[in-house]
Amino acid sequence: MTLTPRRGGGIILISFLLALLLTVLPLPEWARIYRPQWYTLVLIYWATASPQRVGVGVGWLSGIIIDVLTGTLLGQHALALSLIAYITHKVHQRLRLFPIWQQSLTVLVLLLLERVLQLWVMGAVGQPVPGISFWIAPLVGTLLWPWIYIILRDLRRKFRVS
Amino acid sequence: MTTRVVFAVVISIALMVVDQRQHHLEAVRSVLSVLLYPLDFIVNLPQSTSHWLSETFSTREQLQEQNRSLRKENLLLQVRQQKLASLETENQRLRDLLDSSFKIGDRVLVAELVAVDLDPFRQQVLINKGSSSGVYNGQPVLDANAVMGQVIHISRLTATVLLITDARHALPVQVNRNGLRSIALGTGHINELELPNLPNNSDIQVGDLLVTSGLGGRFPTGYPVAEVISVTREPGQPFATVKARPKAHLERAREALLVWTLSPMATLESNEPATAGKDDPEASGSREPRP
Repeated sequence: MTLTPRRGGGIILISFLLALLLTVLPLPEWARIYRPQWYTLVLIYWATASPQRVGVGVGWLSGIIIDVLTGTLLGQHALALSLIAYITHKVHQRLRLFPIWQQSLTVLVLLLLERVLQLWVMGAVGQPVPGISFWIAPLVGTLLWPWIYIILRDLRRKFRVS
Repeated sequence: MTTRVVFAVVISIALMVVDQRQHHLEAVRSVLSVLLYPLDFIVNLPQSTSHWLSETFSTREQLQEQNRSLRKENLLLQVRQQKLASLETENQRLRDLLDSSFKIGDRVLVAELVAVDLDPFRQQVLINKGSSSGVYNGQPVLDANAVMGQVIHISRLTATVLLITDARHALPVQVNRNGLRSIALGTGHINELELPNLPNNSDIQVGDLLVTSGLGGRFPTGYPVAEVISVTREPGQPFATVKARPKAHLERAREALLVWTLSPMATLESNEPATAGKDDPEASGSREPRP
């Protein structure tokens, strides 16, 4: 594994940076609940496509960065994202063979899991539990998954990310 | 992989516990936010550019119009200020007679809000002044109308402000009309505060102005906070349900004022946790007006 030259790390980094930008991009108040979990989607894609490079470590680090960027408790996103990276890593071979709708469903489960973990942390620190709008973002993310998958796959092929 | 994920989870939980209870991680957070400042900058770019464009390419008429209205406003404010100066000296004289202390004054600094969306389930905003401008943890933040919140994280160039409506925030207040003390708790909704533990027979009405009481030692005394919008008295319940709406335009503020209270007290207490007001035993539920 270490012998094969590694290419396209830049593309992975840029897609993560774009996801971070989209996460903090100001939206009008009514649209904020529809903002999908961009970072989770990108993480799931790269953990499926390039599992030897993107794994628990990258998930944890991106989680810490999101915590700092959005002002949540340090470790709140890191916990969720490292677990999601782990699960994705476990199923990545199956996930690659799934047709796209089945992939979307798996992604939905992962996105919901991220939300549940967030909710758990919120409950543990005594933040008020948000309403039904909390669960809209995973649905939006599921609907966006096919496009994100195709865009990132084409990018990966174009830049031959190994 | 499995050991790594266990490790990551343990570290994350440890970080959260430390971050929630202590303040040792502030340094880590501030270093990371300095590193991430370019992201904030890029995200804020559209707004700052449009701001700059509208200022640069505004017509002469617009500027003249603005100038005229500002002049008028300035005149009005100066007239009010005259009265204030005489009232202030009178107040000071009376306080001298009573031998009580008075506050020396406040210093303010204008900061702009950075157009960055933080966690949607917390009421926080980012401002473009940080430790390089002397901002400290726990510093009160106002807008032109009323109290907005307090600083909770600082980095070199930015600071995060916890708004008074965040569910973790509590602010000691008093009713301006009669000095009735209470605590304004955030509800997590951007335009609602809650005053718990006020007995059914307490003298509070819809329309009452709430001002900071200064009891927590963090906010200066006498700044407007909110207006009472509903008082529900259920005969069966021990306490009345009192809701208030913040006077500050929390959801559409563009600028914020950072306040330095020029007394030695403020700097001493700046290292306490953000929710210090919440367990302030003196303020909660006391109902007798101040002597």
